[in-house]
This record gives sequence, C-alpha cells and structure tokens, in this order.
Amino acid sequence: MLLEYKVEGGDFTQAGYASSQIKKTLKQLNVDPAVIKRVVIALYEAEVNIVAHAYRGVIYAQVEGSGIKLRLEDEGPGIPDIERAMTPGFSTASQQVREMGFGAGMGLPNISDNADSFKIESSVGKGTTLYIEIKFR
Amino acid sequence: MTISDLCTLVNGTVVCGANRMNESVKYAFASDLMSDVLTVKTNQFILITGLANIQSIRTVEMSDTPFLLLCRDKEVTEDMRELAEESNILIIKSPYSLFKCAGILFSAGLKPIY
Repeated sequence: MLLEYKVEGGDFTQAGYASSQIKKTLKQLNVDPAVIKRVVIALYEAEVNIVAHAYRGVIYAQVEGSGIKLRLEDEGPGIPDIERAMTPGFSTASQQVREMGFGAGMGLPNISDNADSFKIESSVGKGTTLYIEIKFR
Repeated sequence: MTISDLCTLVNGTVVCGANRMNESVKYAFASDLMSDVLTVKTNQFILITGLANIQSIRTVEMSDTPFLLLCRDKEVTEDMRELAEESNILIIKSPYSLFKCAGILFSAGLKPIY
C-alpha cells in the first residue's frame, strides 16, 4: 500500500494531518501500538520540519507486511551541514516555529531515535529528502 | 488518580472529552515545549501545558495519550476543540499556573515520567 500526502510550508494549522491519517491506517491494520507510536512520532517530527523549513513537500508511505518505509521530499532551502543539523540542540527555526512549541533542535535526533533506519539527502537551494524505515516486528 | 478527581484538584473545567472523566491516569509531563513531549516514551500520561494551539492537540494525539490539562485558562479555539473531539481527547482548563497545577497534582500522587 502506497500512501501519499502533500504538505504546505508554513501552514501550521494542517501540520500533523498526514501523520494522523497514517496513524489511523496503521491502527486499522492492527500494527502493534508501540510500533505505531514510533512511526507516528518520527513522521510527525519530519512533517513539522517540512512545515517549519520548506516551501512544500510530499510524504510517501509504503506500508508492507514487515514494516513501513517513509520518504519525505521537500522543496526548500536544503541543509548545508547535515551532521550539524543532527546535533541535539542545534536549530535554525524561526520565532514563529518556536512559538508553536518546536524548533529546539530535537526533531532530527528524535526521528533517528525512533527509526530502525534513517537517512537524509539534501541539496542546498533545492530541498531535502528523508528516508525513514520502521519494522513492525 | 481519576480524571474527575484531577479536575477538582486544579479547579478545572472540562472543555471536551467528558466521557473520559471516570478514567484514571498515573503519570504526568509538564512542558510548553512540544519537541520535548515527543521524546516521552510512556503512553497514558496527562500533558500539563500552557501552550494552547493546534499543535499541542496534535502532540497529544501523536503521543498516544488522550489527556490534556491547559493552565491559566488559555483559550481553546474551535479548531483545537474539533481536532480534540475527532481523536477523543479530553481537555481540562485550569485557572492555575503550570507550576501550581504540577505542584498540586504531584502532591496528590500523580507520578513524574522522569
């Protein structure tokens, strides 16, 4: 099953919609609630990142019997130094993002913590793609 | 602690999710930083926060817990209420500060996660 959701940059009223829909789908598929929580936390962090930093993006979720593969492609400024972006506490978030309760430099490390596999590809001035895999067992 | 007792202790008002008033909760986490809430591994805790926006409701939803306590009588917008009702999330509003809510509930036996 391949699910696809568009995400608009800057639209905090809709941030989390895709994560919420994918959570419902995984519940219907009777996936272990502890695994669903890991998927949803990682995905929500990544979705908020698109809203906070990019112009727009698309979330692709490939659900298979053994697990879920998430790909989040955004058009945005890109990440010049991925290693630095992964450092807990490092953030380039705007004041608006911080007022929403995010932007503390905890998102990417938390995605990594919840994922079985996590990869970032980024091109400055073009955008960023995140690959997140979580196994169901 | 039952949600009903918790509500009385913080002089709270139920905004939505009244069907959950007889449920119990053991743990609480108090924060205005949603990024921090998202690192909590425990389910079934109550989030005590002064941050009243749509993302505080989303964070509760993603954290797989149905309980939210908003301090200082922060306004719950129609969007927030609709989203909470959709996910069957209970929201209680208290006139007390986050510090006071946390202090009262800790003294009454609600446990910290960390």
